[in-house]
Amino acid sequence: MTALQLAPITPGRALRFCVLVLTAALFLAPYLFMISTAGKAQSEIFTSSLSLIPSEPHFLENFAKAFSRVSMPLLLWNGVIVCGLILAIQVVIAVPCAYALAKLKFPAARLMMALIMLGLLVPIHATALPIYVAFDRMALLNSYMALVAPFSISVFGIFLFLQFFRSLPDDLIHAARLDGMSELGVVMRVVVPNAWPAITAFSIFSVVAHWNDLYWPLIVVSNQAYATPPLGLLFFRAAEAGDDYGALMAATLIITLPLLAAFLLAQKRFVEGITMTGLKG
Amino acid sequence: MASIASTPVVLIDLEAERQMRTGLLLAAPAILLILVFIVAPMLAVLVLGFTDFELGYGSFRFVGLENYAELFSDRTFLASLRNTAVYTAIVAPVSLLLGLGLALLIESEPVGRSFFRTAFFLPVASLLVAMATVWQYLFHPSIGPINAALRLVGVAGPNWLGASDMVLTSLAIIGIWQSVGFNMVLFLAGLTAIPRDLYAAAEVDGAKSARDRFFLVTWPMLGPTTLFVITISIINAVKVFETVKTLTEGGPNKASEVLLFTIYREGFVYLRVGYASAMTMVFLAVLVVLMIAQYRLLDREVHYG
Repeated sequence: MTALQLAPITPGRALRFCVLVLTAALFLAPYLFMISTAGKAQSEIFTSSLSLIPSEPHFLENFAKAFSRVSMPLLLWNGVIVCGLILAIQVVIAVPCAYALAKLKFPAARLMMALIMLGLLVPIHATALPIYVAFDRMALLNSYMALVAPFSISVFGIFLFLQFFRSLPDDLIHAARLDGMSELGVVMRVVVPNAWPAITAFSIFSVVAHWNDLYWPLIVVSNQAYATPPLGLLFFRAAEAGDDYGALMAATLIITLPLLAAFLLAQKRFVEGITMTGLKG
Repeated sequence: MASIASTPVVLIDLEAERQMRTGLLLAAPAILLILVFIVAPMLAVLVLGFTDFELGYGSFRFVGLENYAELFSDRTFLASLRNTAVYTAIVAPVSLLLGLGLALLIESEPVGRSFFRTAFFLPVASLLVAMATVWQYLFHPSIGPINAALRLVGVAGPNWLGASDMVLTSLAIIGIWQSVGFNMVLFLAGLTAIPRDLYAAAEVDGAKSARDRFFLVTWPMLGPTTLFVITISIINAVKVFETVKTLTEGGPNKASEVLLFTIYREGFVYLRVGYASAMTMVFLAVLVVLMIAQYRLLDREVHYG
């Protein structure tokens, strides 16, 4: 690596480096403008849009506006609750099922695999209509229940854990059974502790997907009290209506920050989680 | 004798039965939820597509293929299909090529590797609705930085999101920005998996330039990755929704009407559930065709040798 880093600087290498730097600047520009605009006064936004450093910082003012119009803490809290519940239920349901498919012989296994393959193909957009109608009939709209329930089952989770459990040695499980553990005990005390890499990757995938999802919350929630971060931002934009980009960028910044911070802190795991689970949604 | 011989058989039977029961028990919650939230709704969509069901009206009747007939004379829906196709035709190839290009550049340049990887991946991990709002500001025709920069060099910038001949391109730029990092990471993983000695062998075989080596070794070896990236890119582009809902609501003049947005408005705003179900079936058919195409290609083309 170091030898490579010290490799001679050829014109070709310099050119490649310049292309990378320029492209990276383009990709990061939206973030720079988001931060800079969140600190600009309304008048400055209208006059000098290209300067990145606000001449008079108005961060506090814009953040105060963002907080006063929509309850940001509530949005973030809803996001945490909804994503947390979804993830917890998905793992609790998918892990035993994947274990049964991987390590036990039972007659429904083949039917189950067919169902999983079908499930992988069908996104929430395809099942949303009847679920919405049913929730409407049961008066479940505008609740955490409505936001969480359709995602309680993740066929993708089952699929991912299944791959992972197949590679767990059978001896490990036999030994646990000989020690007198029940199958549920085997799952909780042997399989889960050995499956942390898969569970971590799945968790990141699931949280990123549901934290960012707009489609389903938009459908089942019209009450701000249950809005998740993306939906809350839509409400904020609707309430704003005008061109108050300072406050809008402040709100955007607050809502983007938690996941972005998590990503920057645990980059490697994020990249693994999002890509190894390539099939989104 | 007989009893001794039969003992193991009985044991195996008992063990098999025990496994069967526990297996079913452990899988039961998942099976139940799949039936409730995937299988039943899918069947319901299929059936509803043949009805005139509207939310808020008590009764509905079966109308046969009427919804499907209406779909293909519905100008909004046809515009929506066309726009989705155009959007996909821009986003999928560009984000694939850009992802591959960036992966190759990063792979060949040891300095700043992790920084570049982070920079390009950042949009993938960001809240799209929020970043779409930022792009709306960047694209603003009069106060937006993009047009301000264009004015500096004497070019009058377009009305990015407000003109019907620009809006799909603008949305595509956001879509590309958001998905390149994802493709890049997949390609980087694919590149690391290529054995180094293949390049040495190619050189011995006379592949002197970097370009020769790319087409002789890198490109064929990336086959499976590329196919995966193509499928994922197309499927994700077909599912474009967030940016359209946040920024344009299908406008101006239906120029950014896309499949999921049309389904959303028809089903959840106008509450024409039956008609929206028929649209959903078309959407699902598109996904199925894409999946089948991927499996076919996977079988045929991506074998080395």
